Amino acid sequence: MKALVAVKRVVDYNVKVRAKSDGSDVELNNVKMAINPFCEIAVEEAVRLKEAGTVSEIVVVSVGDKACQEQIRTALALGADRGIHVEVEGRPEPLEVAKLLKGVVAKEEPQLVILGKQSIDGDNNQTGQMLGALAGMPQGTFASEIKIDGDKLNVTREVDGGLQTLSLSLPAIVTTDLRLNEPRYASLPNIMKAKKKPLDVTTPADLGVEIKPHVTQLSVAPPPERSAGIKVEDVAQLVDKLKNEAKVIS
Amino acid sequence: MKTLVIAEHDNTSIKPATLNAVAAAQALGGDIDILVAGENCSGAATEAAAIAGIGKVLSADNGAYGHQLAENVSLLIADVAAGYDNVVAPATTNGKNTMPRVAALLDVAQISDIISVESADTFTRPIYAGNVIATVQSADAKKVITVRTTAFDAAPAEGGSASVEAVAAVHDAGLSTFVSEEVAESDRPELTAASVVISGGRGMQNGDNFKLLEGIADKLGAAIGASRAAVDAGFVPNDYQVGQTGKIVAPDLYIAVGISGAIQHLAGMKDSKVIVAINKDEDAPIFQVADYGLVADLFAALPEFEAAL
Repeated sequence: MKALVAVKRVVDYNVKVRAKSDGSDVELNNVKMAINPFCEIAVEEAVRLKEAGTVSEIVVVSVGDKACQEQIRTALALGADRGIHVEVEGRPEPLEVAKLLKGVVAKEEPQLVILGKQSIDGDNNQTGQMLGALAGMPQGTFASEIKIDGDKLNVTREVDGGLQTLSLSLPAIVTTDLRLNEPRYASLPNIMKAKKKPLDVTTPADLGVEIKPHVTQLSVAPPPERSAGIKVEDVAQLVDKLKNEAKVIS
Repeated sequence: MKTLVIAEHDNTSIKPATLNAVAAAQALGGDIDILVAGENCSGAATEAAAIAGIGKVLSADNGAYGHQLAENVSLLIADVAAGYDNVVAPATTNGKNTMPRVAALLDVAQISDIISVESADTFTRPIYAGNVIATVQSADAKKVITVRTTAFDAAPAEGGSASVEAVAAVHDAGLSTFVSEEVAESDRPELTAASVVISGGRGMQNGDNFKLLEGIADKLGAAIGASRAAVDAGFVPNDYQVGQTGKIVAPDLYIAVGISGAIQHLAGMKDSKVIVAINKDEDAPIFQVADYGLVADLFAALPEFEAAL
């Protein structure tokens, strides 16, 4: 079966992002960019399914400006077979990305679509579910294990109370949680090979999608600072402070 | 203005997260109804009707909604939403799972994880793991919103006497079925609702050592949590995880034991009222947010702490 994996270019997770002092936006100049960690897990899962013989072809798609081709190449180096870049300027919202991905799904007809559960920039946690609704596909979100069983997909999900397993009809959508797998590193030969893998560029117009903003970011600000308190000498002093100063235990 | 709140419940009773979502709906202003979608959920619907300030409770009681399957429940919510200006749900794993489908069906954006209501169309929400707070304005006539529960004080669970109306519509997409679940049974309070939380990190070294936290948790009536490192290492199950991608908690007292304080963990607990850190590394970042820091070997400090309580 064919698997489609969506990846997003985001600020590297090691970078501590700050609001600009004028509050207009976050500081993104000269910041290291990378593939969103949850998307990397999505790529890894598809590659493992291909290695297991379940998946025959992995198509990786990214929505964004030209720079996101770098992240498509990263996914190709990890084992995806070909790439699709949906070229969009600015920062498309999850609903618009979902509509564009629906267009790609209609053309590629994958049996399995794997996305990260959220991107670590907007922290929206929406795109996979929205794609599910638009494409009329079931979803296994926050997946920690997936198993293909004939024409069904069994997904174990990380939910508030523990774990839940669902059976989905195919084609289906999976969004990844942290414990689905541990992504590999791309080898140098594979990075070289990835440069020669096919990468098509398409546009919202090609996919019949009109980009329309729904939400405006008015300003950004740093969160309220929490200042360090005091160091206590020993357990006795800690208990005393909690009882008599903070009054949070009796 | 009319707001529909989606209840978080287990069919027999309402979960506290619902009350935080109601509080966010009250901040929006106008009339508030609650939708309880489930199977044999009359218990939850009765409890919802008792929440103060609710107009009516809509009860969609059907096998299709029994396990909150997003494919089915989203169709129901999108259908019921026709009569409302806002649809609000707590940002629990359920809310996060279902609401984006609702938004897509309605062709509107979702505003995720709001921490304040500035006006009827303007909200604040954390981005970049809480390192930045964004103020966003929605242009959609109908708003789909999820609420960070720790940011809104719970509405009173008692004092209301709303009517309960049955919703006849049955939406079964036929795309998904429930197979099984592993739900941790515990006598301790729920992590997101506890007034005291004690969490262990990589410094706990193994799952057995979490017993050192249990005695203290019992004495304080605390819930037990963990850092991502402790969960990834297999010390404790995933539902213990506090952090950006786990649970967001804001108890009166948060005790971090053997946790270094990665940004992703801080994002899940830094709104706690009082933070205590116990760590043998005096340079651990957790001390930068702790009100009381104890530089000590946790294996010596924890038994002493338990004995002192």
